[in-house]
Amino acid sequence: MKRCFEIDQFDSPETLTRRLQAVTPAAVERSLSQADLDEKDLVNLLSPAAEAYLEPLARRAQAITRRRFGRIMKLYVPLYLSNECINTCVYCGFNRTQRIARKTLRPEEIQEQAQFLSSLGFRNLLLVSGESRPHVPVRMLADQIAALSADFPEISVEVYPLETREYAALQQAGLYGLVLYQETYLPEVYAAVHPSGPKHDYHARLEAPQRGAEAGLRQVGLGVLLGLTDFRLEGYYLGQHVRALEKIYWQTAFGLSFPRLRRAAGGFQAPAPVSDQQLTQLVTVLRLFLPDAPFSLSTRESASLRRHLLPLGFTQMSAGSCTEPGGYGHIQASGEQFQVEDTRSAREISADLELLGFEPVWKDWDASFREEPAEDAPAKNS
Amino acid sequence: MDELIIAGRALRSRLFVGTGKFSSPQALREAIAAAEAEVVTVALRRVNLQEAGDPTLSALDQDRQLILPNTSGARDAQEAVRVAKLARAISRINWIKLEITPDPRYLLPDPVETLKATEQLVADGFVVLPYINADPILAKRLADAGAAAVMPLGSPIGTNQGIKTRDSIRIIIEQATVPVVVDAGLGAPSHAAEAMEMGADAVLVNTALAVARDPGSMARAFKLGVEAGRQAYLAGLGATQEQAEASSPLTGFLHENAGQNN
Repeated sequence: MKRCFEIDQFDSPETLTRRLQAVTPAAVERSLSQADLDEKDLVNLLSPAAEAYLEPLARRAQAITRRRFGRIMKLYVPLYLSNECINTCVYCGFNRTQRIARKTLRPEEIQEQAQFLSSLGFRNLLLVSGESRPHVPVRMLADQIAALSADFPEISVEVYPLETREYAALQQAGLYGLVLYQETYLPEVYAAVHPSGPKHDYHARLEAPQRGAEAGLRQVGLGVLLGLTDFRLEGYYLGQHVRALEKIYWQTAFGLSFPRLRRAAGGFQAPAPVSDQQLTQLVTVLRLFLPDAPFSLSTRESASLRRHLLPLGFTQMSAGSCTEPGGYGHIQASGEQFQVEDTRSAREISADLELLGFEPVWKDWDASFREEPAEDAPAKNS
Repeated sequence: MDELIIAGRALRSRLFVGTGKFSSPQALREAIAAAEAEVVTVALRRVNLQEAGDPTLSALDQDRQLILPNTSGARDAQEAVRVAKLARAISRINWIKLEITPDPRYLLPDPVETLKATEQLVADGFVVLPYINADPILAKRLADAGAAAVMPLGSPIGTNQGIKTRDSIRIIIEQATVPVVVDAGLGAPSHAAEAMEMGADAVLVNTALAVARDPGSMARAFKLGVEAGRQAYLAGLGATQEQAEASSPLTGFLHENAGQNN
């Protein structure tokens, strides 16, 4: 597999910073009037000068999203399988040096949690785990996906990076999509915030979305952890990464999430906090740059911000989320990854969406698309 | 009476309505009522045929509307055929709008897989309405394979750009032996009227209604556009001229001395 995106193919962070600073209001206006954005437009609209144009950016982003996706909002729910982790990401509450209660759900606990979520109406499930192959082996993921797929036609994973053949095995078991954030595209920053563990390897992570697409997953979600470094640089490389993937893996939908650093165990302070205004700029500009990409809004944001941001480009959101393994229903919960700001229940969120003029969509995939795994069929060569 | 017959079913309304993208089941219900639609498509990926109270299905009136399930999301013939068969087993509806769109960005239909799936589904007793690019040869091949109608796109789904494939649609209509339903990209009632004036048998509209400020009013406007276009087609539109024909500047000399040589 040839890597389809390398940061060296683009301007260095230093050159890009100079370009961003040099953008004039006239250049912003020119880019705002383009039907399709090219590389220069992306720089112009991510620039500090474009901060004065948030209203026209928001208007265009909303119109594009509405035309392409309609007045609907897909709902999904995360299910945390384990907070065991061998990495030492300095910003994360699951970091192995944190003294939190560790827990890995047993298969019957996973099924119990899933039953509860299914009874709330969810049909779109995101399985989340820290990085620990001994606690959450691929085999276990495959078994759980196969068991859960009767109730959840759309299942995605947000776990450690896998090999292509492993993604393919999960896809065979019923996996729909993958979510994996690069956290930061800047190699030096990446090395500093991931000092040890397998996640220290920048390129292993950078390639993972491509491996998922290579394995034939229908949707692959990318993102950066906002607050680690300059969001304008990150937004630029993220947009280019998605465009590079779209060109080769034309049968996969590449989506985006916009997680901002929140308080977590350990009290890490964001070195480059991203304001609401800057988040709005990033979301709307990337919507213009990637008009067909599904955008997912994080449960980390407050209810009021979510209400305002949703119409500006988002197509799906999590609802009623809990970030502790075993946090739904009555299982004894343990340490959480980060604090959830939006604590409304799924039904409240659904009612809110209706008030905002969105139809909440709980189901957007059907199990009947999937081939029944034949008992003795030889492995397919695809 | 001017009826459209597809697979033996007589339809008075020539405006088909898609059900995705609406802000609520209520908005959908209003749009269908105002459109007076008799054919309504639903995405099998979205609806739950087995659960009572599915929000989309509950907005429909099966006594008045033919529910046309679609295979939106299918990447190849195998998936589309499987989805269609399972849907028929549950719903007993044997009509299927075949959508095979392996590219999630522009949602353009795959001609090879669409032909393959049409052959299989027709052989299995389905009434197949394939969504296709405006390709006249493909339209012929699908009709030969037993498709009940063909549904060429005016422009890519959700673009509201109108009929960008005009020249090809004209050929499809001219050569058609099955009804032609122009699907996708119609953003304004004038686009629908234009398709009908060209001789299309019907049009399908979704995004333009769903994202309008008032879906009900927009549906009524589309209904009127479809009717106006259809009447104009039946009345026989005058051929358009590229320039006025007040005189014959090139051949006038033939008449100037008429009679002198006889």
